[in-house]
Amino acid sequence: MVLEVKNLKAHIDTPDGVVKAVDGVSFTIEPGETIGIVGESGSGKSVLAHSIMQLNPKPPTFYPQGEIVFEGKKLLQLKEKELQKIRGNEIAMVYQDPMSSLNPVFKIGDQLIEAILTHHHMPKRKARQRAIELLTDVGIPDPEKRFDAYPHQFSGGMRQRVLIAIALACNPKILIADEPTTALDVTIQAQILELMKRIQEKYGTAIIIISHDLGVIAQMAEKVLVMYSGRIVEKGNVEDIFYHTSMPYTWSLLRSLPRIDSETRNRLLSIEGQPPNLVHPPSGCNFHPRCPFATEQCKTMYPQLTKRSGDHYAACILSELEFKEAKKRLENREQEGRQKHV
Amino acid sequence: MLHYTIRRLIAIIPVLFIVSIIVFMIVHLTPGNPAYLILGEDSSPEAIEQLEQQLGLDKPKVVQYFDWLRNVFVGDLGESIYSEQPVSQIIAERIGPTFSLMIISMLLTLIVAIPTAIFIVWKRNTVLDPIFLSGSLLGTSIPEFWLALLLVFGLGVTVPIFPVAGYVPITDGILGWLHHLLLPGIVLAAVEIGLIARMLRDSMLESVNQDYTKTARGKGVKESTVLIKHVFSNALIPTTTVIGVTIAGLLGGTVIIETIFTIPGIGQLLIDSIHRRDYPVIQGVILFIAFVYVIINLIVDLLYAFLDPRIRYD
Repeated sequence: MVLEVKNLKAHIDTPDGVVKAVDGVSFTIEPGETIGIVGESGSGKSVLAHSIMQLNPKPPTFYPQGEIVFEGKKLLQLKEKELQKIRGNEIAMVYQDPMSSLNPVFKIGDQLIEAILTHHHMPKRKARQRAIELLTDVGIPDPEKRFDAYPHQFSGGMRQRVLIAIALACNPKILIADEPTTALDVTIQAQILELMKRIQEKYGTAIIIISHDLGVIAQMAEKVLVMYSGRIVEKGNVEDIFYHTSMPYTWSLLRSLPRIDSETRNRLLSIEGQPPNLVHPPSGCNFHPRCPFATEQCKTMYPQLTKRSGDHYAACILSELEFKEAKKRLENREQEGRQKHV
Repeated sequence: MLHYTIRRLIAIIPVLFIVSIIVFMIVHLTPGNPAYLILGEDSSPEAIEQLEQQLGLDKPKVVQYFDWLRNVFVGDLGESIYSEQPVSQIIAERIGPTFSLMIISMLLTLIVAIPTAIFIVWKRNTVLDPIFLSGSLLGTSIPEFWLALLLVFGLGVTVPIFPVAGYVPITDGILGWLHHLLLPGIVLAAVEIGLIARMLRDSMLESVNQDYTKTARGKGVKESTVLIKHVFSNALIPTTTVIGVTIAGLLGGTVIIETIFTIPGIGQLLIDSIHRRDYPVIQGVILFIAFVYVIINLIVDLLYAFLDPRIRYD
């Protein structure tokens, strides 16, 4: 186990009240493993990622409860100076928007060298060599020459490669990728995901990949955490999540994916309503106002994560069987509705 | 970069041309006959006519303009009516004090403004920030002449540390030079410090939460390095424009300060020449100031390209 997050709460002070961006999240990650975190915008994925890096601005962010343990070190208790030794060195991060994540006034190569020299003392010439190796590793053609280029001379995909190279500069144990492909077009997305997989095989890095795109998660992750309004509502292996979905929110997410093999030309399904207000979350289960299966009980009782099978947990009062039947009833109703329409 | 420089240089030509027309018009279209003013009320019409002929004032304005422009091109700005010295020579004699004053006040400004801005951004969530904001507003609001008089009274008269007036060329010793220029330099800098520190703080705060600073922090870079290296280098780009305008504006500020501290610079020359209606000198000085303005703007443009690779490689 390289990282353990225990009942973590990350709250943010705002003029409107305290936003419970992360509200009691637990998970572990093993060396070389890939874990996927899915959820809508505003579900707390990025705050969670930044909590692990300890890069949420404090204030307004504070951690009222929980622990993040990295190789026995409790990150929430470490001093800034000790955190700096971990950041970029042992835990590194790749961000969402490659277009703005590189400093426009410095050369690509120098930004890469900075990542190396922050943690290792070596002559600049050696660091340059290492930087060029990294650029080669992430598939930048002609790295010797591109070393002296500026970010604006690179395309989005190339910049994301550079950012991955920066993250890998010190051979970290954990790589956190926060929506690494969201800003890229689809062909480039596939290349970047492919690259991350290859890198993982080569260096044995554990990867936390955050995405709202279930396709990306399915392609990359072994374990999946589904987040909703700051909490984990379902977690398990990829098969569990995609084939034995046990939480209505996950099911809604999956259902809202456009399918290329669908026979009828159905309209795209969306999840009704808005993500919940995190200052005043709904009573009971946070998802109940949007849940097609919600009962009276859901309005008052918050369901805990309960074991479904093996490593598969879900937070829903419906058991697997009850959920299956409820789904069937809903699908029948919908079919009738459609037929009436025709 | 070469392309960019050439483009900038070419862009100067129409600006200088328009400036020359305006300068010429300011002097020649304002009411009052120079010949009459020079010779005085009791002069005879013949004498006035003769002087007008001698000065070329009887020719059509367009012809006068092109005559003047032709001479300006070869560096001949005419002769002073008052001292009969060449205008270019008079200006050359007065450049030293004015440029010295500008350099001193600019150095003072940058030495104070840059560290202040960085420090304030570092302490951005503390009470220091609102204090700084009021301070910078106060600094920019103080009238120069008032601050000048206050400093002269305080540090020149009550506690006589600095001379209250005069100028010593740098060739006569750097200490005396500095000693005489520090007080007027502080006065000129006071206004600019508030402005530039404020501008720098604003642009730094804008860039302090940009994604690239997240990347830098994610590398494990210290917060002070993030601010000084990553944030400052980006914030400097918009601030450069303000610094450029400020330097150019100092030329205007020196007019007042040179008068108060009796520094024999360009500003004082301009005031004296206006009093004397010495229009070749007025023309020459205004043209010279406009020229310096244009040159400073050119330097700012080139500096821009130096600081921002996106412009350099465009």
